[in-house]
Amino acid sequence: MTVAKKAVRKFGHPGKGRRGARYEGKGRQVNGEALGEIQALLGDRPRRRDLLIEHLHLIQDSHGHLSARHLAALAHDMKLSMAEVYEVATFYAHFDVVAEGDKAPAPLTIRVCDSLSCEMQGAEALYDAVSKRLDSCVVRIVRAPCMGRCECAPVAEIGHHHITNATPESVLAAADDGQTEPLIPPYVGFDEYEKNGGYHVLRACLNGDRDIEEIIATMEASELRGLGGAGFPTGRKWSFVRAESGPRLLAVNGDEGEPGTFKDRYYMERDPHRFLEGMLIAARAVEAEECFIYLRDEYPGLHHVLADEISKLEAAGLSEGTKITLRRGAGAYICGEESAMLESLEGKRGEPRHKPPFPSQVGLFGRPTLINNVETLYWVRDIIERGAEWFAGEGRNGGKGLRSYSVSGRVCEPGVKLAPAGITVKELIQEYCGGMAEGHEFKAYLPGGASGGILPASKGDIPLDFGTLEKEGCFIGSAAVIILSDQDNMRDAALNLMRFFEYESCGQCTPCRAGTEKAVKLMSAPNWDHSLLQDLSKTMMDASICGLGQAAPNPLLTVLKHFPEDLT
Amino acid sequence: MSDKINFTLDDKALEASAGETIWQCAERAGIEIPHLCYSKAPDYRADGNCRVCMVEIEGERVLAASCIRQPSEGMVINSANERATTARKMVMELLVADQPPRESSHDPNSELWHWAEQMGQTESRFPARQTPTADNSHTAMAVNLDACIHCTRCVRACREVQVNDVIGMAGRGANNKIIFDFDDAMGDSSCVACGECVQACPTGALMPAGGVGKIQADEQVASVCPYCGVGCQLTFNVKDNKILSVEGRDGPANSERLCVKGRFGFDYINHSHRLTKPLIRRDDAPPKTGDMDIDPANPLTHFREASWEEALDVAAAGLKKIRDGADGKALAGFGSAKGSNEEAYLFQKLVRAGFGSNNVDHCTRLCHASSVAALLETIGSGAVTASFNEARNSDVIIVIGAHPTSNHPVAATFLKNAVKRGAQLVIIDPRGSSLSRHASHSLQFTPGRDVALLNAMMHVIVSEDLYDKEYILSHTEGFEQLRDHLKNFTPEEMAPICGIEPDKLREVARLYANADAAIIFWGMGVSQHIHGTDNARCLISLALMSGQTGRPGTGLHPLRGQNNVQGASDAGLIPMFYPNYQSVSDSAIQNDFEKLWNAQLDPERGLTVVEIMDAVHSGDIRGMYIMGENPAMSDPNTNHVREAFAKLEHLVVQEIFLTETAFFADVILPATAWPEKDGTVTNTNRQIQMGRKAVDAPDGVMPDWWIIQQLAQRIGLDWNYAHPSDVFAEMKQCMSSFDNISWARLESESAVTYPCDSETAPGNDVLFSDGFPTPSRRGKFVPADIIPPDEMPDAEYPMVLSTGRQLEHWHTGAMTRRSQILDNLEPEAVAHLAPNEMARLGIKPGDAIEVATRRGRIALKARADTGIPKGVVFVPFCYAEASANMLTNPALDPVGKIPEFKYCAAKVEKQQAQQQNKPL
Repeated sequence: MTVAKKAVRKFGHPGKGRRGARYEGKGRQVNGEALGEIQALLGDRPRRRDLLIEHLHLIQDSHGHLSARHLAALAHDMKLSMAEVYEVATFYAHFDVVAEGDKAPAPLTIRVCDSLSCEMQGAEALYDAVSKRLDSCVVRIVRAPCMGRCECAPVAEIGHHHITNATPESVLAAADDGQTEPLIPPYVGFDEYEKNGGYHVLRACLNGDRDIEEIIATMEASELRGLGGAGFPTGRKWSFVRAESGPRLLAVNGDEGEPGTFKDRYYMERDPHRFLEGMLIAARAVEAEECFIYLRDEYPGLHHVLADEISKLEAAGLSEGTKITLRRGAGAYICGEESAMLESLEGKRGEPRHKPPFPSQVGLFGRPTLINNVETLYWVRDIIERGAEWFAGEGRNGGKGLRSYSVSGRVCEPGVKLAPAGITVKELIQEYCGGMAEGHEFKAYLPGGASGGILPASKGDIPLDFGTLEKEGCFIGSAAVIILSDQDNMRDAALNLMRFFEYESCGQCTPCRAGTEKAVKLMSAPNWDHSLLQDLSKTMMDASICGLGQAAPNPLLTVLKHFPEDLT
Repeated sequence: MSDKINFTLDDKALEASAGETIWQCAERAGIEIPHLCYSKAPDYRADGNCRVCMVEIEGERVLAASCIRQPSEGMVINSANERATTARKMVMELLVADQPPRESSHDPNSELWHWAEQMGQTESRFPARQTPTADNSHTAMAVNLDACIHCTRCVRACREVQVNDVIGMAGRGANNKIIFDFDDAMGDSSCVACGECVQACPTGALMPAGGVGKIQADEQVASVCPYCGVGCQLTFNVKDNKILSVEGRDGPANSERLCVKGRFGFDYINHSHRLTKPLIRRDDAPPKTGDMDIDPANPLTHFREASWEEALDVAAAGLKKIRDGADGKALAGFGSAKGSNEEAYLFQKLVRAGFGSNNVDHCTRLCHASSVAALLETIGSGAVTASFNEARNSDVIIVIGAHPTSNHPVAATFLKNAVKRGAQLVIIDPRGSSLSRHASHSLQFTPGRDVALLNAMMHVIVSEDLYDKEYILSHTEGFEQLRDHLKNFTPEEMAPICGIEPDKLREVARLYANADAAIIFWGMGVSQHIHGTDNARCLISLALMSGQTGRPGTGLHPLRGQNNVQGASDAGLIPMFYPNYQSVSDSAIQNDFEKLWNAQLDPERGLTVVEIMDAVHSGDIRGMYIMGENPAMSDPNTNHVREAFAKLEHLVVQEIFLTETAFFADVILPATAWPEKDGTVTNTNRQIQMGRKAVDAPDGVMPDWWIIQQLAQRIGLDWNYAHPSDVFAEMKQCMSSFDNISWARLESESAVTYPCDSETAPGNDVLFSDGFPTPSRRGKFVPADIIPPDEMPDAEYPMVLSTGRQLEHWHTGAMTRRSQILDNLEPEAVAHLAPNEMARLGIKPGDAIEVATRRGRIALKARADTGIPKGVVFVPFCYAEASANMLTNPALDPVGKIPEFKYCAAKVEKQQAQQQNKPL
């Protein structure tokens, strides 16, 4: 009567059972050892979503790449899905994701800048020479976009060490020497800055000696405009954010990525506290609970400088009531677009948001957020100390205020040129740059980096300021002026810039994602299809979500218009 | 007026409500704007990325995506001017450039090609990109990214709607790519195959596997899913009397969502094992034994085919003979929670009026009998007090003893949505699951120690004065008694018993009690214990003392297991109640039913499922009629059950396949599968929904209601129903829960929630805002003491065996293991063990192992599962070749009579090397 209870009775089953079952859960399983490594590496750092990129940096820095097993462990530890981690890790150029069984990159990476200013100075030859002479098992050599050191082109980066005016010899020597840490040039430190009157204005704001409404009025009167490129009046922006209901935040855009632009780096490298004081005054003005500084990853030395100096000013009690958080970008030009930067600060892919709502209303973590560029904040202390008239009184050819022009290319003395707003390019070259480089004849210029279009020398008398170049299909943007000469081909320049946009497009919207890709294909052909390129450009400008896609056709269209001789 | 926004679109003056987009206003005004990344399906956020819906807003520098932009006062918008249409056409031209040619495309009727045609832009002047390769690694879905337009509808489907979080958009720019996990092949990824992405994809980049998406359906039939208690509405796409594919429909429970079973699990109805002829056991069949095994592909080894006439006669005669020879109590019937309300009603009526006893039960006994007992005892109603969709209004959601991601997958999506909205999710379960990642608190407590844990939580609420005094005063009784009882259950004393730190117990207790709106979901982890009723009593007390019922976002929700377990119970398929929980031992009620049914009824309550099996062994029950149930797989200690079936003098089984139960039948009556018949079902939310016939049943197969009626007539009942709607009409006469809900109304509305206040009202989602249906109108606190599980681990059986379900398989696997996709996904029996436990036992993933208890031994493969706690082995009960219920303990909860499926002592051993099959 009893059915076998001690022995197994095999019954049939209705399934076809044509495959073996999985012997683990669905999908990739978290490896216990890898999880231990990640937990040890992260220590007691919070596992908040917005820290994802910071945590990815930590893994990339300590292991040289992001292995799938580490990423799966990180996802588990942060309670994120694997896809959420992977899509962020693969968005940013400075992360190397390595699947199981795939080869990890060589221990050392050399990046050779291939943006326009560097290409004009022989970046391609540098890349070839270095590639030939290094063992790819030990060193990986990759092309990279603008590193913000265009005044000393060409530029290469060994690990985190930048070589300016690079030659194959200087790059190889540095690589041999194992120079991979960033160089930190001398700068005005906290004590020196304070000794020379620094933080008086901030202190006055903090103790109530200075009225915030007056400060904002001064900013408005100074006519200081957003120097990241959009040119929005700074004082007005502060009042807008201040009018929103709290809690409010401040985000500093230090993702200076527009090819040809290096002014923010220039100022932060020399006088970081002037910028930090401006930031804290702005934070006071909008009563921001927290300041986030989003610093591009191409400025690793500055990261150290800012981290050190922020802790000093914190120790001095200057940041009371305002938390300061320094965040690293990870190699994405698009994160210079303010809403993409907010996404990145939240630990996500840097995909621009739709506007409205504007960040002043719905910004970082959904809160009203003041976003200012580094240089904008850099001028705050001086404007308040010297008065609005001091700044507003500067200017030429109808322009108002001062501009820091990042000048690179075929001039005698490239660099950051603090000059009156509204100066023409010809004046700039002659008065500030020591004229054209020897043997070069002024042929063309980019008034505002990669996206600001290209104008011929014949248009060299237009004042360089917000609103003056638009009728030419150009704009000043971040005032990155690149000078081209008779030795430069405009077709090559336009293609270089379109390739840059293709590489840096976030890919979110069709006109930009597919548009830049198709444009590069069409512009690589021996003969350009002018009408198709023009049709495409129109839609990219009209229908892209953000400024990247909207401005990407500018160099193409201006070259089509002004340099037909270079296209045949 | 003030909240309306006035604006102009294409020279028309329009009004927008707050939150309405330009696209939505345009559609309302009859203006058709193309759209691809925007889906009109519920809960899909507009993303504005594809840019085929661009419009011009006067005064703005660039165009705007109409799908995401909202009009503002005075805005002047042009959707049809040259600037807007040129941009849209160019965007389409860019997209078409990278598409495979329409004729050879994966879905020539996709939304993409529809709009390309509408816009006259089916050609492109642009060079194409490099074509991504196809991914055919998944058995259910094909991934063809050459048709992908990066619209992210699948990402939103997977991440925001179903929250399965498998799909992402990786890379950047033109290298953007839809990925699964870490760019894994879909079939190797953590994909749970809900198919929401396929339903969402506008291009054919994600399609059902095997090209069925290309075939045009003849007919679309609106119906409801026959799997779990969620009750998802769906559309059968029918071609040549076969179900081609299935899509989610916008039902109240599912908002167009489905899970893998509901979307891909319908080919079982065409399986070669389908019973299509009545069968009578052969005279020369081998004698019935408990370990009998018959090949379902070839029943003729034991049965002979018969005409319906003969089979019904033999079936009825056997039942009649036993009835007439005894007092009717020698017969029993098991109905089914998988059939319709009408079938359940007829079945219990047949047993009560025809057999003459109340010996009728069904699998509710095995799932929520204890929950229902506790609910009836305390608040006077056995159904949920609020729908699971109410989670949308909750701040705190407790899920205890339930794995909704496997067992109620679509309900789980709404819980995950609530978490995304900001609700806190507390998971209380010994076993971890994919839901744990979304939890703010996860209490993996010691199995079987629910009462200790819950009493400790209540102790905290009482001792910290967090209880809702006003609510207790006006809506409850017995609080003082409970308060005194709880004194001894301090978190410190309970922590060693339940395995959760006192502080964590306090934290969760405070969280729940202080929440504005908190809801509790529970499953069989709570109910399937000998203290299942006590477990449920604790949950009810917890809710009552915290005032967490009767308001939006609050309530008590036992997640009902089967598609119609609520309806079958409502219809009286239980031994102690007539329809609508009217007691069989109340003579007035008995009187009413005797009049209605024109029959003499038995005033004594009948036997329950496990009691019936014991009664068969003792010889008290000698004949049975089983419709659509498979107790030989689903009941505890199935060796005992099968031996009982072998003993029966006469067994009639009504089925679609030769189930393990049907092995023992004397007569088998082939019945219709769900998509082959009309009928209503009631889901876990108390929503009565209309199931509609989509395909004709195979020749020779008859509807269940017809078969029951034929038997009824043959045992002397004068029944003449012409259609399930006649049955429904009779049910309305004795079930006040059906008030204001007519068959006609269900035909037109597809779903109505009961109780329903009027013929036009939608029905009540949340119940008991003003008292309970108890004599005192108050909810009652019933204290519970700690009762240890019936069979504790010991030296010989040192581990704990727990059983349950898998996502891909339904109940005993009779249907799902005959669905090719589901079978491909989970093809063989596995036992889940913690990786550390496996290491301790020297078992590697995929090793052949044996699991044994005092009642039996099965052989199966080991699966590493990080969710399983130490010392526990979990075995799904759907595998006939290694039936978990051979091992389970039939010890019963004294009130609910539910067996302790979730706990018994077991041992796990590695199989000897020579017997091992090599893992594939």
